[in-house]
Amino acid sequence: MNVKAAFAALLLMAAQATAQGFAGLGTQAEGFAVPERGTPLTFPQDHQAHPDYRIEWWYITANLTGPDGTDYGVQWTLFRSATAPGTDEGWQNPQVWMGHAALTTPTAHHHAERLARGGTGQAGVAPAPFAAWIDTWQMLGTGPDMDSLALTAEGEGFAYALTLNAEPPLILQGEAGYSVKSRDGQASFYYSQPFYQAQGTLTLPEGEVPVTGTAWLDREWSSQPLSESQTGWDWVSLSLDDGRRIMGFALREEDAPAFHSGTVIEADGTATPLSPEEITLTPLAMAQTHGRSLPVEWQVTLPGHSIDVTIKAVNPEAWMDTTFPYWEGPVRISGSHTGRGYLEMTGY
Amino acid sequence: MIRTALGALLSHWRRRPGQLATLLIGLMLATALFSAVQAINTEARASYGRAAALFGGAPLDSLRAEGGVTLADYAALRRAGWRVSPVLEGDLRVTGQSLRLIGIDPLTAPALPSAIGAALTRAPTDILGTGAMAFTAPQTLATLEGAAGLPPLRAAEGIPPGRIIADIALAARLLGQPSGITRLVLAPEQPSNLPPIAEIAPGLTRETPEAGGDIARLTDSFHLNLTAFGLLSFAVGLFIVHGAIGLAFEQRRPMLRSLRALGVPLRSLIALLLAEIMTLALIAGALGVTLGYLVAGALLPDVAATLRGLYGAEVSGGLQFRPAWALGGLAVALGGAALASGSSLWRVAQMPLLSAAQPRAWARASGAALRRQALAGAALFALGLLASLALPSLTGGFALLAGLLIGAALILPMLLTAGLALGQSRAKAGLPQWLWADTRQQVPGLSLALMALLLALATTVGVGTMVSSFRLTFTGWLDQRLASELYVTARTEEEGAALRAFLAPRADAVLPIWSAPTRLNGRAAEVYGFADHPTYRDNWPILSGLPEMWDQVARGEAALVNEQLARRADLTLGQNLEILPGWSLPIAGIYSDYGNPEGQVMTSLTALAAQVPNLPRLRHGVRSNSPAALREALISDFGLPPDAITDQASIKAFSLGVFERTFTVTAALNVLTLGVAGFALLTAFLTLSSMRLPQLAPVWAQGITRRRLGQIELARSAALAGFTALLAIPLGLALAWVLLKVVNVAAFGWELPMFVFPLQWLLALGLAVLAALLAAWIPMRRLARTPPARFLQVFAHER
Repeated sequence: MNVKAAFAALLLMAAQATAQGFAGLGTQAEGFAVPERGTPLTFPQDHQAHPDYRIEWWYITANLTGPDGTDYGVQWTLFRSATAPGTDEGWQNPQVWMGHAALTTPTAHHHAERLARGGTGQAGVAPAPFAAWIDTWQMLGTGPDMDSLALTAEGEGFAYALTLNAEPPLILQGEAGYSVKSRDGQASFYYSQPFYQAQGTLTLPEGEVPVTGTAWLDREWSSQPLSESQTGWDWVSLSLDDGRRIMGFALREEDAPAFHSGTVIEADGTATPLSPEEITLTPLAMAQTHGRSLPVEWQVTLPGHSIDVTIKAVNPEAWMDTTFPYWEGPVRISGSHTGRGYLEMTGY
Repeated sequence: MIRTALGALLSHWRRRPGQLATLLIGLMLATALFSAVQAINTEARASYGRAAALFGGAPLDSLRAEGGVTLADYAALRRAGWRVSPVLEGDLRVTGQSLRLIGIDPLTAPALPSAIGAALTRAPTDILGTGAMAFTAPQTLATLEGAAGLPPLRAAEGIPPGRIIADIALAARLLGQPSGITRLVLAPEQPSNLPPIAEIAPGLTRETPEAGGDIARLTDSFHLNLTAFGLLSFAVGLFIVHGAIGLAFEQRRPMLRSLRALGVPLRSLIALLLAEIMTLALIAGALGVTLGYLVAGALLPDVAATLRGLYGAEVSGGLQFRPAWALGGLAVALGGAALASGSSLWRVAQMPLLSAAQPRAWARASGAALRRQALAGAALFALGLLASLALPSLTGGFALLAGLLIGAALILPMLLTAGLALGQSRAKAGLPQWLWADTRQQVPGLSLALMALLLALATTVGVGTMVSSFRLTFTGWLDQRLASELYVTARTEEEGAALRAFLAPRADAVLPIWSAPTRLNGRAAEVYGFADHPTYRDNWPILSGLPEMWDQVARGEAALVNEQLARRADLTLGQNLEILPGWSLPIAGIYSDYGNPEGQVMTSLTALAAQVPNLPRLRHGVRSNSPAALREALISDFGLPPDAITDQASIKAFSLGVFERTFTVTAALNVLTLGVAGFALLTAFLTLSSMRLPQLAPVWAQGITRRRLGQIELARSAALAGFTALLAIPLGLALAWVLLKVVNVAAFGWELPMFVFPLQWLLALGLAVLAALLAAWIPMRRLARTPPARFLQVFAHER
């Protein structure tokens, strides 16, 4: 028995995973705050934790290239999950923190996980300057409003240190940051910074690799973002070579077609929310990894924007064998447009 | 041919089922007692192991700080990369019992007790947080039925009794320490190139747990005690087995000769005999292990109570079947049987093909052999003495005991023979002369049984003397030590202050009993501050002290130490002792402190409070002429919960209860050993009587009636046993002396005065004579009823 499984269960809340969506995200929000349409997001306050909501994350994915043109992917995530709303000093604090870090190469996928409880300083998020951390892993603000970040993490067989810099403003997803997640109206607050330029050093078993590339920040908090009949999601963040960014997701339903949504972001930061009919994600090819069958090649179509691309995993083995396991890895884009991005698949 | 030979050999047992039963029962009893002791020891050690290894596997290093570790230290270490996990420990008092509450952080713990891990996967919100449930041992849970002030509890195997394991958030709430950390546990594997802990959190010290922990070391001596008893019982049992096997071989000599003459090769014969013995040993061993399991199961609750009372060691009262000691018990049974049959097999191997059947199956001990045996006994005495000087005290003490007991047993036959020879030389008339001579002739046959009796009786006398001396000393000591009429404990510092104010006008004196933990001589110890009061000067059980001792201590210029600390650390009066880091005082006195496994120092309260500013001020002794009324007032007027007040009488009753239970096991094993010895005597007499017809027939023929002969036999048995018992008394006293002056000092750290109890000797003497009379009764009746024709046959069949 390890701690991981324990945390999985914590998120799964009482073994009704299938009825309550992936990772307990479809459970009832009793006592917790619920996102309300029309609530304006304010910064820098909303970069901080929202302990009255059940779950929250600070999520960075980076598509990087080495000197020889090799594709690399980096993930840095801090999850917050509360057993009760609110915060407290010391052991009474109901917040639990979980960190995931990964480094994906075309042939290897390194990942690690850290757990901590709130109220101790072992993990948390702090303002001025912005800092999110768990144990030694850090995401530090080096400029105002998340424009520049220093990112470090390490695990068995890997480490990375990146600096991220972005020009355009933060992108509010959905309706000014209110992102609907199901036909029943479940929603989360969701904003992103998809325009980071990244550079830094990866440390692999073979040695250090200097890298450059792009990175994407997702911030999301909610208490019940999925409806109980939703079993998982497929999510993409795509950086097209023409400068546009696309966020899209399909939330799979138990007995109904998937719920699609997304945003198209122009190179200048203008964001256009996509209605469920305006984006489709279709699995093209499956791969076997860690005893599961997953679609590692997808067709993503946005007819209204004349986009019809195929995305293909750089490394189909990018399985996050963590507390609640999922697939997360870099992809290459081909078809009507080219580029790179990240794919996340949960609930398989 | 082999089958025929085997059939012939086995027919012996068919014709003598009693002998077969003797052999099997003897070996079974020996194995049972030995494996019972092993089972108890194994179970207790397993409990210590579980207690030490909270996180599974080997006990882990911990980081501690004076006054506790802070959250900041913890976060700083984690953020520097150190894999540490917080543990918050404290005591909970629930319905009069003290429970150890251990709060752990399942999110960072290097490993989790399996029960908690499993529950965590199923329903984590049940486990994490202030409203979570906690885990405890099933037997502890049973004692907490309906207790108030506890979280929901779930029974979990693998948790030592008396402990509650909970999420640190829950433990923090129950202990009222919202940010408390007792220690940080270091995961066994740490990342490389971490900055040193001293740079990150300078106040922390790293502790590596000693193998087995303090408890295992403290209780080692107790288990050695039990093991020694187990071995003694086994040795006594082996006497029986040796006798039975030897007899069976002797009686089968003619058969063996015939088989050899009929062409059975010697090698096959030996192999068959060996196989026979081993099969019997296997059966007896299996029965013995089963019986041992039952005995251990019956004794374990008392042993557990003893260990808790004496050492604070929690041992689960339930016995698990562990293959280790079961196999050990079987191996011991086989080894014992091999040992007991070795000489007989050797003689079969050496036997000339056509040797004549020996007229007296048992007559094999010549005078020379007796002298050799006595010499060996004397050598064992000397060896025991040497060992007690050369070896560490406890092992040496047991070596001395072993040398003393076995040596005395070996010398016994020669002493008996010499005594009988003396009697014979004095006897004038024919019948007495025959009686002396005939008794002397019986000594070799009875010697093994008498040796077993000697050992058992000496143990009875020795252990009885030790226990009674201890009880006498302990009761007197309790009266001295527990001078206060009431002992009250406040729940908080504020309540403590209010309590003192409340008691001041109502009691004759309020004596604070405040203490701080420390480490002395590498072990946990406690330093107490006490107020200068006649209660101490008049009553404290001082063993040795300087003349001005109380004044010096009252001025904070000296300290008193308990006997066990003085012995372990080799402290003498006037010597300086570093009581707390940077604080040393000379030792002005040594006091006895029975029943306490730990070192203890007493000094002036003011001096201690100056050294330890945050000294918990909770416990108080109260002198009062009307304790019952005061207790009532404390409960109804002051509002103190009843279980915070203990009166002198109940502490005494409790302490004596612990004391009595401590020796329950000893007494039980003693009775069992005595039983084994009695059984040995019975079998020896039964065996002899069946062969004595040739000796008795001529006496009968000269006109002594069968009835008279029977009476003579009975008297002779009683006399032999009585003589053995007389020898057993000094031996037992020597045993008691070694137990009190050597073994106790090494095992518990205190020496006890020895008192003698002549009534116990009479009891031992009576027991011996009674056992002999009982054992001789059946053969005597048989003799008295033997038809005269069979006496006559002796002459007709004379070989």
